[in-house]
Amino acid sequence: MRIKAQVAMVMHLDKCIGCHTCSVTCKNVWTNRPGMEYVWFNNVETRPGPGYPKEWENTDRYKGGWTLRNGRLHLRAGGPVAKLANIFYNPNMADLSDFYEPWTYDFEHLHKAPSKEHLPVARPKSTITGKYMDKPEWGPNWDDDLAGGSEVVPMDPNVRKLQEHIAMEYEKTFMMYLPRICEHCLNPSCVASCPTGALYKRDEDGIVLVDQEACRGWRFCQNGCPYHKVYYNWNTHKAEKCNFCYPRTEAGLPTICSETCVGRIRYIGVVLYDADRVKKAASVEDPKDLYEAQLSVFLDPQDPEVIERALEAGINRSWIDSAQQSPIYKMAMKWKIALPLHPEYRTLPMVWYVPPLSPIMNHLTNEHDLSADGYIPAVDQMRIPMEYLASILSADDTSVIRRVLLKMAAMRVHMRDKSVGGMDEMKKSKLLQEAGTTVEELEDMARLLAVSKYNERFVIPTGRREMDEDLHYKRGACSIEELAPPEGMVTYPFERGDTP
Amino acid sequence: MQKKKNKLLHSLKHLSWGNRINDGWTEESPRPRDWEKMYRARWQHDKVVRSTHGVNCTGSCSWKIHVKDGIITWETQQTDYPSTGDNFPDYEPRGCPRGASFSWYTYSPTRVKYPYVRGQLYELWKEELESAGNPVQAWENIVSDPGKREKYVKARGKGGFVRGSWKDVCDMIAASSIYTIKKYGPDRVVGFSPIPAMSMVSYAGGARFLSLIGGTILSFYDWYADLPPASPQVWGDQTDVPESGDWYNTKYFIIWGTNIPQTRTPDAHFMVESRYNGTKVVGVSPDYAEYDKFADIWLPAKAGTDGALAMAMTHVILKEFYVDQETPYFMEYAKQYTDLPFLIILDPKEGNYRTDRFLRASDIVSGEEHGEWKTVVWDETSGKMVIPNGTQGHRWDQGSKWNLDLTAADGSTINPKMSFLADSDEVAMVEFPYFAENTGGKVQRGVPAKRIKDVSGNELVISTVFDLMLAHTGVNRGLQGDYPTDYNDSNKPYTPAWQESITSVKKEHVIQVAREFADNAARTKGKSMIAMGGGTNHWFHSDQIYRAILNLVLLTGSQGVNGGGWAHYVGQEKVRPLEGFSQIAFANDWVKSPRFMNGTSFFYFVTEQFRYEYDQDEVQADWGGKYANMHPADFNALSARLGWLPSFPQLSQNSLDVLREARERNPDDQAVVQDIARQLADGSLDWAVENPNDPRNFPRVFFNWRSNLLGDSGKGHEYFVKHLIGGSDSVLSDFEQSWQPETINLAEKPPEGKVDLFVSIDFRMTSSGLFSDIILPAATWYEKHDISSTDLHPFVHPFNAAINPPWETKSDWDTFREITKVFSDMAKEHLPAQEDLVMSPLAHDTINEIAQPFGKVKDWRKGEVEPIPGKTMPNFNFVKRDYPNVYEMWTTIGPNIQSGYGTKGVKIPGERVYNDLLNRLGTCKREGIGKGQPDLYSDKQAINAILLMSGATNGRRAVEGWKSMEAKTGKTLRHISEGREEEDYTLDALTIQPRQAISTPVWSGLENDNRRYSPFTVNKEFNIPWHTLTGRQSFYLDHEVMLDYGEGLPLYRPPINKGPFMKGETEVENKEKSLTVRFLSPHQKWGIHTMFTDTDNMVQLFRGWQFIWLNEKDGASIGIKDNDWIEVYNRNGVVVARAVLTYRLPQGIAFMHHAQDRTMGVPGNTITKKRGGTHNSVTRIYPKATHMIGGYSQLSYGFNYYGPTGSQRDTMTVIRPLKEVDWLEN
Repeated sequence: MRIKAQVAMVMHLDKCIGCHTCSVTCKNVWTNRPGMEYVWFNNVETRPGPGYPKEWENTDRYKGGWTLRNGRLHLRAGGPVAKLANIFYNPNMADLSDFYEPWTYDFEHLHKAPSKEHLPVARPKSTITGKYMDKPEWGPNWDDDLAGGSEVVPMDPNVRKLQEHIAMEYEKTFMMYLPRICEHCLNPSCVASCPTGALYKRDEDGIVLVDQEACRGWRFCQNGCPYHKVYYNWNTHKAEKCNFCYPRTEAGLPTICSETCVGRIRYIGVVLYDADRVKKAASVEDPKDLYEAQLSVFLDPQDPEVIERALEAGINRSWIDSAQQSPIYKMAMKWKIALPLHPEYRTLPMVWYVPPLSPIMNHLTNEHDLSADGYIPAVDQMRIPMEYLASILSADDTSVIRRVLLKMAAMRVHMRDKSVGGMDEMKKSKLLQEAGTTVEELEDMARLLAVSKYNERFVIPTGRREMDEDLHYKRGACSIEELAPPEGMVTYPFERGDTP
Repeated sequence: MQKKKNKLLHSLKHLSWGNRINDGWTEESPRPRDWEKMYRARWQHDKVVRSTHGVNCTGSCSWKIHVKDGIITWETQQTDYPSTGDNFPDYEPRGCPRGASFSWYTYSPTRVKYPYVRGQLYELWKEELESAGNPVQAWENIVSDPGKREKYVKARGKGGFVRGSWKDVCDMIAASSIYTIKKYGPDRVVGFSPIPAMSMVSYAGGARFLSLIGGTILSFYDWYADLPPASPQVWGDQTDVPESGDWYNTKYFIIWGTNIPQTRTPDAHFMVESRYNGTKVVGVSPDYAEYDKFADIWLPAKAGTDGALAMAMTHVILKEFYVDQETPYFMEYAKQYTDLPFLIILDPKEGNYRTDRFLRASDIVSGEEHGEWKTVVWDETSGKMVIPNGTQGHRWDQGSKWNLDLTAADGSTINPKMSFLADSDEVAMVEFPYFAENTGGKVQRGVPAKRIKDVSGNELVISTVFDLMLAHTGVNRGLQGDYPTDYNDSNKPYTPAWQESITSVKKEHVIQVAREFADNAARTKGKSMIAMGGGTNHWFHSDQIYRAILNLVLLTGSQGVNGGGWAHYVGQEKVRPLEGFSQIAFANDWVKSPRFMNGTSFFYFVTEQFRYEYDQDEVQADWGGKYANMHPADFNALSARLGWLPSFPQLSQNSLDVLREARERNPDDQAVVQDIARQLADGSLDWAVENPNDPRNFPRVFFNWRSNLLGDSGKGHEYFVKHLIGGSDSVLSDFEQSWQPETINLAEKPPEGKVDLFVSIDFRMTSSGLFSDIILPAATWYEKHDISSTDLHPFVHPFNAAINPPWETKSDWDTFREITKVFSDMAKEHLPAQEDLVMSPLAHDTINEIAQPFGKVKDWRKGEVEPIPGKTMPNFNFVKRDYPNVYEMWTTIGPNIQSGYGTKGVKIPGERVYNDLLNRLGTCKREGIGKGQPDLYSDKQAINAILLMSGATNGRRAVEGWKSMEAKTGKTLRHISEGREEEDYTLDALTIQPRQAISTPVWSGLENDNRRYSPFTVNKEFNIPWHTLTGRQSFYLDHEVMLDYGEGLPLYRPPINKGPFMKGETEVENKEKSLTVRFLSPHQKWGIHTMFTDTDNMVQLFRGWQFIWLNEKDGASIGIKDNDWIEVYNRNGVVVARAVLTYRLPQGIAFMHHAQDRTMGVPGNTITKKRGGTHNSVTRIYPKATHMIGGYSQLSYGFNYYGPTGSQRDTMTVIRPLKEVDWLEN
């Protein structure tokens, strides 16, 4: 057992209102500069839809993530030999048309237009070429709320797979939102794809980063990541990606996307896992077993043995405390309502998703169907096909999805019963049984999902900077070390921060 | 010890092997990670400043503005709201992607950094100033010479701005205002600035200036059609709704035409989270809207048919919960808090009856004070008619019975009788109208009735509102008449089957939802809620749609209950610190009677839309028609002269001259009043509303601030451009083929380019700016101080300056202070102090609301009554205009405060306030009439004045307000806020942390004990009457015009289906495929109105501008694909946009989201060869007469409170592909 700690996130898709505040606040801080115009570390996709970049889930095309051959993990895009062969031309990489050509408008013209015949207008202009364009042709969220309809929706690889389940008709419309950031995987294929070794997973919190000094811009990480969450900065010629706002999490603050999420769908916490089990978990044969295999990697933070071993591994008490309070542990591991995104990529992603409920289908008219469990409709009559959710969140295993939805419905039935009454006791206990849950668990869930206090959504210990060198020095000089490096001077009484 | 880094060694470390773990699969690397400081440095910043966004989004969110290296870099939401309690979701975080994009503006290329002037005008100005020698003469020389005037008027909207200096532009503004006041009167100086709640002090700066000089201040909430007229009709209240936190308290939530995730973004989580607490959610919308994602069932009602759906639900609830089985909670509620038990006189007509007015005390007894205003119930216990407390008559009779206690004069308890079914004297056959496309008509239904004798011995047939409601909605109780057989009877209104053919919602779903909604309310005592908004409100018949929906919350006892009732959100109308704000904004501290004008009527006339009127909608039932068939302009003129609606400009003559001349002829005020009334009656004075084409009545100077009137809210945009501005337009209609009014004097051709000077104040360039003569550079919301409040949360949020205004920008407060200064100085020479005649309408919440008894229309012009100001015509007020001292007054708080102030009938004593203001604001030391008064020079002083003077932000004021309500109501009320008496919010305090508003009688909700605000809980829990005729919540409206329209009771009226062109008009030649659809303009996702739409984030996150959503089958039918260019047009104008095709919308409708300005990415159209228009290029104003009635209880005028709304959804347009794109920019 080799215990490591990871900061992880849950996004509760049932709560997501698709507002994109997360995208904007993230972009303003991290990718609001030349070379990064088209980059959204955080984006939100309407589903069904092709996503950003287009069809990122099309692993046949982009060859991201891992594949299992003869029981062994291989990068789908190929190993070092294939990389060397493609080093100057990578046929699997997304290009600007898969993302989009960013644009702005010629606003100054409105102020400066000379006296003329017509009302002046600011025309769209590419921020890549600086040239006027007649109209933009694609964007990072071009298909918001099913814009483009049946011209666009079939580009969704999940839709293509499930043709018979997806109706593109007014009466049967369904949609959901899928916000995405880097998954900060336990088994990151981007890291493995980098010929220079510039990508790494931080030991203390599992955040995956691109070293901006080491990156040589080979860009294999870009499609090596099956989630397409590493981007190329065309100005610096280096890769950049979501950094899980480590400058904030180190201070105990949630990521920007999380704190600014007005749907309050995001939860952040610490989980403990056994790093020695990762390879095995990623290598199980049947993709449908990957979800359970991934769960088996995590350790119970209340288990005395786990605590002891964690302390031995240098994980301090406050990180263990945080792991015990972790909303992620509760939702993903304990209640099992949060699921990994495309577990079949075998990267063991660490951003987890609670699948959404949806309205019942409109063709239902008989009284029994309309009031299935008192007021709350039955999960089998909901609009979003379970196959669709399963394609995204459980490697096509609908039983996993159904169990989560049942739990959510059971929570609503129970909480209604508790506050209003009038539910059918027989039906209710049957529902609880089918969902495999208890009243106590449902009430715990309602607390975290509904009341959802800031300090319960985000349980983040401050970074373990005490492990660093020269904290005494840094207190006085951090950020201006370049100004006055204390070369050869013995001004400070202690050699290291942790040595008396 | 930090060592200097060895770069080579550092890079070589990459090559060293780390510790391999995980079966050799993973390497633990010892590599250095110094580079990580790069991202840390990006996050580091200098300071965080609390501010917000002054935009009409109803959000009013508190933000952290991050300043880094002295630059505004980004914003994130504050999360430090006071907790809502241990087991309740909190308000954190509040904010949306639009607000999060705002920092872009600060340094963007669209920023207005300097004053700009139209080049042609600036040139003329400089020339004339030099030759005339003084600025007022210079202005006269320009505007009185048609050639010179045309030179710059025709250049509007065609580029050619030059930079001006602040001094020059202020001189031009002051000179034009002074010239206009002298020549035409002060009411020709007009200001439009909407929604004070979004930035009160910025609003107040201009409004205070206009109030002091006698300028016209335009309303906005009604004009935007965000005002739900049903609210004053039903409750006598503008709009009062639950804060969003209260959504969490509901147990059954119908979301009906308000896109909560998209437009209530920061609030949506309360709805989402309530579901986990067991709340059922139902979505009603024509498209699969974002909120339907959260619903348990989606009712896809066709656009505009919501009234039919609600009437069918009303039918189900009345039948199952009142008739089949009586629900005790509902019955008790209905008896005490609604007008259902009140008695109605039935009027015999052609063998049947029609419902007439409420029975009054004056009908049955003589000598009762204000007996014409006291309505009557039948007491079940005594078997007699009684006059319950709390009616409009009780409000004004000087007694203390204005309460809802069911106590009779002898102390016994009244048990109002709901129905005469068991002991009727006869079953009266009553005729009811119903409306539906093609199939409207009348039904005759039996109603149990009593026969009584009135005070003069005449026999009257009476019934209760409840019995009439049952008959009207078709709930049979074994009575004869045209009753439907059951729910499946699709031929008779208002059954679930009947509505199915109209709405396309399955009848089973209607029955189920109505039943659950009521059952839930019965179980929870009213925790059933309906959220509503633009989708249901922005219609010509909005009031009927809303009244039909409100049936559901009233009949289920849900109104006035936390977690229940209506939840209407369109427009940020709620100024929580209302009492103080009203004083500062409208300068009541110095002068009374500001010129409040309703925007819809103003623009209807000023933009000449009344001359392009459609012929009257065929009355779909053979019903009334006396008023329903009047041209809206004729009705508006009637309304103005009877004192119902305001009318500014008021007279063709200059109001200063009229009063001066009348004074010269008469000895005292009374005689002056009579003189002027006589002149009006004999026609020697002209109503401006009857002479809108007379150049004397044009608005001459127009201030547009905090607003994008031309690019956004102006319904009938092309008419604005043509007639108000005089720019090049794309109006396609023909006034000669249109319906013309009969009583309005018309010029042969509608005049164009009416305004002499159009001034915009903004920090970005919009269409309003492009059409303006002067654009003043405004400070942004991160560069000034102000306050903001909303319906949706109980806090008042401050704006603070993260940086000082850069370039030559100024806050609106400072801008108007400067304009006022220049104006005052110039007035010393050109405009002496004088007296002004202000004619104001009969106002709600004043004694004037009982001016016109029984709601019968009596026209003095026809000799039906005497012309009596304040009774049968407007009030006349004499106001001193001290023009040379306007600046001194503007910058100080005037002495009037000492004699007390208030609003909505609430009175706050003034002495103490005045002294507190002196202490808090300091004493003015500037020489002049303001010396020694509380100083109001700066925005911070204005903020603190408003906070100190208002109950919501000052506990002492709240308690004083409650005390003032005690005498009239006979109730003890002061205790409501006594526990918070010491609370005293200031700008600094609110900047440290948001604070929850204090309960004040200005509002109807309770906020103590950390309770969520829900409207009318005061009324329900303390038996305080609503401000209505009966004092109760109204189902029945008995004004003569309402009855003429057939709208006495709530019913369904279909949307208007006029157009796209009128008979006789030249239609656009159309060789290719085209499609006619209903054009809807719901609020959008990528901006708040046009605000935020220019930011890179909002541009990228969808498709840029402009676009129109269509069903993909409709798109295919005219051969267009997603993202293809299209033209959308009708008689009102032409839009060019790109199509967004989807299957999420049904066929037959188009969504062009409000509001997309035409400044970005809009090429020329092929019809007029001009620039394609805005979403409002194809809309127009349709005023509804029932919104213009007045002088009658809750149907009396209030600024932004009652009045015709500028609805815009009743629009049909043609769509066709646009083949060639011409940018018109060569």
